[in-house]
Amino acid sequence: MKSRREFLKIATTGAALLGSQAKLGLADVLKKHAEAGKSKVVIARDQALHGQDGKLDEKRVLALLDRAIAAYTGYDHPVAAWKHIVVHGGGQGKVIGLKTNGLGGKGICTHLALVMAVAERLQQAGVKPGNILVWDRNAHDLEVCGLTINTDPSRIRCYGSDVSGFEEQQDTWGTARIKLSKILTRECAMVINLPILKDHGGAGVTFAMKNMFGVVDRPQDLHAGGCNPGVADLNCIPTVRQKVRFTIGDAMSSVYDGGPGFHPERLWYPNALIVGEDRVALDQTAWQIIERKRAEVGIKTLESAGHPPRYIATAADPAHGLGVNDPSRIHLMEI
Amino acid sequence: MIHSRRWMLVGMAVAMVAVTAGSGCRKSKVDPFPASGSVAGWEKTSETRVFAAKDLYQYIDGDSEQYISAGVVTTSTSDYKYQGQLEAVVDVYSMKAPEGARKILETGQTSDAKTVQLGDEALQYGQSVTFRKGPYLVRIVAYQSAPTTSQALLALARGVEAKL
Repeated sequence: MKSRREFLKIATTGAALLGSQAKLGLADVLKKHAEAGKSKVVIARDQALHGQDGKLDEKRVLALLDRAIAAYTGYDHPVAAWKHIVVHGGGQGKVIGLKTNGLGGKGICTHLALVMAVAERLQQAGVKPGNILVWDRNAHDLEVCGLTINTDPSRIRCYGSDVSGFEEQQDTWGTARIKLSKILTRECAMVINLPILKDHGGAGVTFAMKNMFGVVDRPQDLHAGGCNPGVADLNCIPTVRQKVRFTIGDAMSSVYDGGPGFHPERLWYPNALIVGEDRVALDQTAWQIIERKRAEVGIKTLESAGHPPRYIATAADPAHGLGVNDPSRIHLMEI
Repeated sequence: MIHSRRWMLVGMAVAMVAVTAGSGCRKSKVDPFPASGSVAGWEKTSETRVFAAKDLYQYIDGDSEQYISAGVVTTSTSDYKYQGQLEAVVDVYSMKAPEGARKILETGQTSDAKTVQLGDEALQYGQSVTFRKGPYLVRIVAYQSAPTTSQALLALARGVEAKL
């Protein structure tokens, strides 16, 4: 009940919709939002998530996830909410991928507690353990998150594209000429994106869309021009666009400068999860969070520092049409 | 005869330059990573991974561009653990010239950096030490913060510096 109380208290506009949404399927809820012309993004925070010593209280992560999902879907009961996410995402009875991000190493990677929380709720929603596949570029990137490689289909699977390999045939869209991981093309019917929020020396910000660099054979080819239009073009490739249905962004800890690597002197704890389907709206929101932190510590904006995330506007333009970056068209709920 | 002797001398000189250059290449293959126990309390906990400049994105993605533009040749990395608890990573960037190492060190400097005596120039933060020595740039980062972190990192950094 606490999550519902907080939701009602803070999200006054969303509250008017809540009663009706609780009776609807997620698809109906989303249709309602589409009619309103806005993309929904939820930022759920728990200021007690990290202690004074900087240690994550892992027991609080599941509760934070539940609050975020309840606010997004309008369903108070996590299992009901997750069932609708799975059905709406096309994952029922099929393999659901959880795409993590371990590139920054142990200090700044998708938190294991979040991966486990999502996997737990998926199983409670009826997804078989073997139909959950946690994946990233390679074993190293998964292991730094604290994950263990497993290919046994009777349990939750976990392996990288170094095991699956990449498609022989190249996919192209705009400047993107890449080969996709077979995990994305052959294994997963639906992907839940679990990026971690970071500053990025080239792209400006790395979050929802940029995490897709980890699904291709040669991400270095997409880095030119501050990853613009590389990020947007890659996300337009039909398999990426269609299968990556939902993002649960890890903003429990983050680096506001010097990313995407781990710089402990620039680490901070937003103590948040950022949830949504519109990858552009998610990245626009993430960008603003990074900018606010940079202003707070008195360093240059990303524009002044020479790496604004221009790919976000590109992704929103009519040619790409991946989502919205106009704040007036983003229904932001902070709980 | 005189001409042929001159050419022989030129040939010998060229050969000597080639040998010198060759030994320079060999020097770049130096192992900068202290073995377990050679720095008190520190254990090397992973194999050394080495990335050529063209593959550096595999390790640090977008960060790689600043290193490539500064002339990185190879990057080596290995994990360490101090007294079985404090985890750290040591990255050694071998640049074409000392200027590249200096450029990277200066770019990354923030106002809270503390200058320490190590190599040609060194900066220390609460959980990291970065220094340059000749064409090498070394970055050591701890994943946890503890009262002993700064001193422990500095000791490990001195161990690496001694091997360069």
